[in-house]
Amino acid sequence: MTSAAEAPRSPHSSGHAQAAWARNRAVRWLRANLFSSMSSSLVTLLLLAVIVKGLIGLVQWGVRHAVWMVPGNDSSACKAVRGLGACWAVIPEKYRFILFGTYPYDQQWRPALAILLFIALFYLSTRRNWWRRELVYAWMVALVLIGVLMWGGVFGMPFVSQDRWGGLPVTLILATFGLAFGFPLGIVVALGRRSKLPAIRSLCVVYVEAIRGVPLISLLFMASVMFPLFMPGDFNIDKLLRAQIAIVLFAGAYLAEVIRGGLQAVPKGQHEAADALGLSYWRKQRLIILPQAIRHVIPPLVNTFIAFFKDTSLVLIIGIFDLLTTAKTAIIDPPWQQFSIEVYIFVAAIYFAFCFAMSRYSRHLEAQTRQGK
Amino acid sequence: MTIATPNSPPRRRSRILLRRQDLSGLIWQILVVGIAVAVVAWLWSNALHNLSERRISTGFAFLWREAGMPIADTWLPYSPKDIYLWAFVVGIANTLRVAVIGIVLATVLGTMIGVARLSANWLLSRLAAVYVEVLRDIPLLLQLLFWYVLMQGLPSARGAFRPIEGIFLSNRGLVLPSILIGSPQLWVLGTAALGFVIFYALRRNLIARQMRDGRVRPAWPYALILMIAVPALVSLGLGVRWTVTWPELRGFNFVGGLTLAPEYFALLIALVTYTSAFIAEIVRSGIQAIPKGQWDAAVALGLRRSFVLRHIILPQALRVIIPPMTSQYLNLTKNSSLAVAIGYQDIVSIANTTLNQTGQAIEAIALIMAVFLTISLSISTFMNWYNARIALVER
Repeated sequence: MTSAAEAPRSPHSSGHAQAAWARNRAVRWLRANLFSSMSSSLVTLLLLAVIVKGLIGLVQWGVRHAVWMVPGNDSSACKAVRGLGACWAVIPEKYRFILFGTYPYDQQWRPALAILLFIALFYLSTRRNWWRRELVYAWMVALVLIGVLMWGGVFGMPFVSQDRWGGLPVTLILATFGLAFGFPLGIVVALGRRSKLPAIRSLCVVYVEAIRGVPLISLLFMASVMFPLFMPGDFNIDKLLRAQIAIVLFAGAYLAEVIRGGLQAVPKGQHEAADALGLSYWRKQRLIILPQAIRHVIPPLVNTFIAFFKDTSLVLIIGIFDLLTTAKTAIIDPPWQQFSIEVYIFVAAIYFAFCFAMSRYSRHLEAQTRQGK
Repeated sequence: MTIATPNSPPRRRSRILLRRQDLSGLIWQILVVGIAVAVVAWLWSNALHNLSERRISTGFAFLWREAGMPIADTWLPYSPKDIYLWAFVVGIANTLRVAVIGIVLATVLGTMIGVARLSANWLLSRLAAVYVEVLRDIPLLLQLLFWYVLMQGLPSARGAFRPIEGIFLSNRGLVLPSILIGSPQLWVLGTAALGFVIFYALRRNLIARQMRDGRVRPAWPYALILMIAVPALVSLGLGVRWTVTWPELRGFNFVGGLTLAPEYFALLIALVTYTSAFIAEIVRSGIQAIPKGQWDAAVALGLRRSFVLRHIILPQALRVIIPPMTSQYLNLTKNSSLAVAIGYQDIVSIANTTLNQTGQAIEAIALIMAVFLTISLSISTFMNWYNARIALVER
């Protein structure tokens, strides 16, 4: 790029000269970025060979020899090309199950609508000019609406109990509610960890370090196996809710550490000024400290959100029907058993779309803060 | 206290104020701790009640009972007749086996990709960027299942891939040639290890002397003598025989060599590739954090690019890199618990089986947590020590 910038401005005299100039520029770019030295040229050629070979193999498998549709539930066409080509036919056959799990088939527009609502909410929350109090109300209304859609039982929608929920809505619910409750928890714990009161501080330290020191799986096991033990008598709550509680506790500990980083970045003068105004502890935190602290850590917060979104897939291990579990279950069906790779690629694309959007957004925010400085 | 000075009243008032603040702080603390203790006590009494109702005895006595669970893939001697305690030890060994090797490989791969991302070669840096972006944005568990399915889809032992003579890749896993290690061989390896320690001390000495008079004293001849020549002489002197066992296909399986089971291999690949993407980003931002002037100054001195990277940039970048790297190592170790999803028997998987066999839920999960907390603390202690060692020494 550097040499292109140094190139003389385009002479507009004739089309011929312009073409020559453009060709020149391309050659220069190639020379600077791909063939700058002997070793660089070698690397370029080697990589080109590998990429071309890989792409050809991929196209052969994924497009040329692939089977896109099969009649009925008959996978014999797929089995004929097994090893040679992909069997994308498994996706149209199974996508409803993968996306919505065992939700009643004729009611699946409801979780689909819930997914769209979630996406709309996420989109709204990323707009800076929407960062107002109204956004909180919008979230509350939308979450209630999602609950109504998923459970039903009103407006002529038949009731669907949550053990029939599955697929993408469950993943989105686990991630969103995990963050919605984990975030306030994280704020309280982060403040507690920086508090001057030793008992409260040590309690918060123990909580954060204990949760961060163990894998999420052990917390999920705890929620699924130990929770009933710790409750009185016959009292028990739904498995999904138990996993949700574990994820909230987990998210709280990690978010607390991120927020603590932001709190540390707030200059001491801000505390002193707030004290001088005679603000109480909570008003000081709410009006002066937290808004600045959180603004500091928005990019790492988004990265934590991405990590959580991916980590919700761990509920597979305790048998909750999230997106990954439905995918794994979909291919238990005997005719389609051998085509798990295709299903995994499909699901990976969904996860990727969400996480990639978030990571792009985080990078955009980072660039914005850098510009603001 | 003795003499009333003009400014004593405000001082007393401030003391009262302070005391009032202290008092409210004390009340807050008592309240919060009281609630925490009450909740824990309530949960605990519920648990005791439920356990006695279900006739599950508490305590770790079950650890000395016969485990009766098969563990297929382990480097320690184990049979289902062994006690639970030993099964747990085997599980811990399996966790460490995947975590330690995974950390080493992920660091190497991640550093290479991080450096590739900054390469002047456009194609190479783009490719590294795509690698990082794709691997970071897909859940590890999904990647793990994907690798495991790929492993299972490999041809059987008879049609195994043989990328290099003596290496077989099949649905039985990866089979490598191995070297027979007994006590005579261990003596030789011990000598080499001792040689490494001596060399390390010597190198520090050489560097200290170079600092004093500026003369460069090459260290590699010492390395050659201490780590290669001396062990070789010991090997010759003791008449140690080094036998390589080559894997062979007999019937439907391999005999000889070292077998990495498909579960282990899939877990290792998934952990290494996933973590390397994060490490690559850390390495990249660490290198980018070094002011460009450092590069320019080094190049102006006429140093080669590789020399600049190794002696000028990396030592400075390490200071930025080490803290986030520590948390990646911890993540890899914790993520190794996903093994339970594909049936590699690490500590979590063995504790889970124990839990199902004995019903000792609290003890099993307490053991998992204890093991991971210990590993986490050891890794962070080691990395903190290393971090303190390489930290900037202001002169």
